[in-house]
Amino acid sequence: MSARRALAYLGLVIGSIAMLLPFVWMVSTSLKPDSEVFAYPPIWLPSPPMWENYPKVLELLPFRRYLINTTFVATTVTILEVVTSSLAAYAFARLPFPGRDRLFLLYLGTLMVPGQVTIIPNFLVMSWFGWTNTYLALIIPAAFTAFGTFLLRQFFLSIPVELEQAARIDGCGYFGIYRHIVMPLSGPGIATLAIFAFMTQWNAFLWPLIVTNSDNYRTLTVGLSYFRGEFATQFNYLMAGTVMNVVPILLVFVCLQRYFVRGIALTGITGR
Amino acid sequence: MEVLPPMPIQRRRSGRMSVGTRPVGASAVPVRRQRSLRTQAAIAGYAFLLPNIVGFLVFSSIPVLATFAISTLDWDMIRTPTFVGIQNYEQLLLEDPLFRRILLNTGYYVVGTVPAGIVLSLLLALALNSSIRGITFFRAVFFVPVITSAVAVAMIWRWLFNSDYGLINVGLFALGLPGIPWLSSSAWAMPAVILMATWKHLGYNMVIYLAGLQGIPPSLYEAASIDGANARTRFRHITLPLLAPTTFFILVISMITSFQVFDLAFILTGGGPGVSTNTIVMYVYNQAFQFFHMGYAAAVAWVLFAIVFMVTALQWAIQRRWVHYE
Repeated sequence: MSARRALAYLGLVIGSIAMLLPFVWMVSTSLKPDSEVFAYPPIWLPSPPMWENYPKVLELLPFRRYLINTTFVATTVTILEVVTSSLAAYAFARLPFPGRDRLFLLYLGTLMVPGQVTIIPNFLVMSWFGWTNTYLALIIPAAFTAFGTFLLRQFFLSIPVELEQAARIDGCGYFGIYRHIVMPLSGPGIATLAIFAFMTQWNAFLWPLIVTNSDNYRTLTVGLSYFRGEFATQFNYLMAGTVMNVVPILLVFVCLQRYFVRGIALTGITGR
Repeated sequence: MEVLPPMPIQRRRSGRMSVGTRPVGASAVPVRRQRSLRTQAAIAGYAFLLPNIVGFLVFSSIPVLATFAISTLDWDMIRTPTFVGIQNYEQLLLEDPLFRRILLNTGYYVVGTVPAGIVLSLLLALALNSSIRGITFFRAVFFVPVITSAVAVAMIWRWLFNSDYGLINVGLFALGLPGIPWLSSSAWAMPAVILMATWKHLGYNMVIYLAGLQGIPPSLYEAASIDGANARTRFRHITLPLLAPTTFFILVISMITSFQVFDLAFILTGGGPGVSTNTIVMYVYNQAFQFFHMGYAAAVAWVLFAIVFMVTALQWAIQRRWVHYE
């Protein structure tokens, strides 16, 4: 028994090293002078660390702008998604209206469709609206998801109906119930959706790549892909740029880990 | 947003999904008032739904059909589109050797990532489940690549795979082995993509397996031990069968997402060398947004949809033989 446990720990420790080493290598490389990047044997602790690499990278490409764009888009999409999804989810969970079950089936059906299937018409719609290369193109199509509605509906169904009935008797309207009872009681559900919406937008690549072609609206991931093309072997700069994409979402994760794990275990959503 | 169907465990519990719920406060009210309450609830329902459903219809649901409509056109976004019926599909499936190669590449990726991902993540989840101390820490560590963007992951691995100074070949050199031309050889590029993708997705599957493992009642193991079952028998006859719904879920999700691979390969290899790591979604992207063959690209997208749909349907059909829900 204890031999088995030791083996399990050994596997976990080796696995953990395999998971973390690439990130350590990323940070280490990002702090190296050009001469140490291609050193053999590899140098793990650059001395002294070249903190200047970071300001240098901010000059090479407008990363500051990319960072602002990504943060703005991810935050706005998250807010819009939480608001519209929770309203729709409340309707699906509690308000009987003709055609409700059929509409809900349509939502569920769309969940199964790969996102890439819809990018061509969505791109055309963006062109017709004149939205390409604007924040609107980055935000609006991403903000209305069947997924958010589905997730929150499941949460809302677990709230005791009696609470809402009591509020009705006290003269509370539907919006009042949504605002003052359902939403406050759904904190964990809202948090889970908000975190996944934010992470998905922070990491999104294909859609921002398609609808942006100027630095003013490029997001961090798209900026990185151009950076990769222009500075193909400047690995210290490339890794410094990558750190800017990895670290913020990592901090969110460290602070809110339990919501990530719960969200995945509950619904099978993914940031893949 | 990457969106996937719910876990089977959840689905079981919420089997009443589409059963109507009572309107709030509609019980024990006289019939006439009830009717007006019902109208009121319906109006409120539509009003609550409106902001979401407009966006949902325009950007998620109608585009599925629109993609099909576009796939029947010959259209470069400059000239007027002409209707060509199923010609795009004929060309794609019968006369396009590149697309055949791309299908094979994507199939190679799926076969390379899915089984390995399932076995490794199960082993890790078992290890984690048996050593309770540090469970939160290890789970977090394995989850870091999952939350990292595919773009960042591929940037890091581009450097790790560097043939002269990348950490992987440096490790091989240290063992006295020759380096592998990971990204410059068309034979090694796809294994490189597969290795990286397996690494990135391991933690996701592991978390789901862990949830599945923790749902198995310990009393079953105790009863089996009393009956003299050894560890291997317990694993074969308790753990594996009770994990079957979880395995099925992971299998479906992994297949679906593997067929849609884009970001990882696009940044790591750009589809090369040659076309050795070109995938279906990359072909959609290139046809639509590099060459502006909108109709043709839409046909590729629709073929992707059909493949994902068929694979999922096939798995639902054969799951009855090996997945048993309690």
